[in-house]
Amino acid sequence: MNINVQFRQNENIIRGFVEGEIDTYTAPVLREELDNLRITKGVSVELDLSKVSYMDSTGLGIFVALYKRATREEAEFKLVGLTSRLARLFEITGLSELMDLEVDTDTKVEIGNESV
Amino acid sequence: MRAFDYVEIRVPAKPQYVSVIRLAVSGLAIRLGFTYDEIEDLKIATGEAVTNVVHHAYDGEAGDIVIGCALFEDKIEIMVSDYGNSFNFEEIKSKIGPYKEDENVTMLREGGLGLYLMETLMDEVKLNNEGGVTVFMTKYVTREQVEQNVERIIT
Repeated sequence: MNINVQFRQNENIIRGFVEGEIDTYTAPVLREELDNLRITKGVSVELDLSKVSYMDSTGLGIFVALYKRATREEAEFKLVGLTSRLARLFEITGLSELMDLEVDTDTKVEIGNESV
Repeated sequence: MRAFDYVEIRVPAKPQYVSVIRLAVSGLAIRLGFTYDEIEDLKIATGEAVTNVVHHAYDGEAGDIVIGCALFEDKIEIMVSDYGNSFNFEEIKSKIGPYKEDENVTMLREGGLGLYLMETLMDEVKLNNEGGVTVFMTKYVTREQVEQNVERIIT
């Protein structure tokens, strides 16, 4: 079980790809990667979560922190490629009303995709 | 014979064991006939309960988490327990809950959603606070309902 985070920057747009599980064990890796991003005024950060197979409140906390930071710096922050599972977490916590989210309607749910 | 099977797992209160517990619970839930979504709910709720113990129970000291699963025909009962510091449920409960649309962005909480998610994703959640914290959670299998619906359509 692991997490993999990669970024591509094109001028003012930072695109991040997160793959794996986001829980209390993998959170420090993700948090550090996101802390290292240079988020300044006018920058647009877009995180693709389509390959995230598991996420709990630890992940929500990390994205809330990043959202706050982006807002403070007058930057844009968006989460894209949300599976229906992830979208549900943002909905029941009320975060979908606050944050910019894009649900991936094409995502096929893979049963048992969390590896041991 | 008992009306349920009981499975107990004891692991050190460390972050690397949270996913182990999640997967064990998911394996047990499959046996009971839970749907994919219900199993994912169970994994998150159990993950939250275990994560709470890892973070708060022992203040950096070594300790264990005990996870007990009672498997009934129509439900699973999950107990997550520690013998470390107990917390004030009412106090914590007053600080949790969903975010509101008009909340100030700079004031948004970055934690405290775990208990709220447990209560939302499970059918029942109870906490016992005597000498450590024990979380009891129940989730019912919706299988019966589906079968009834199918019957209704046929007749």
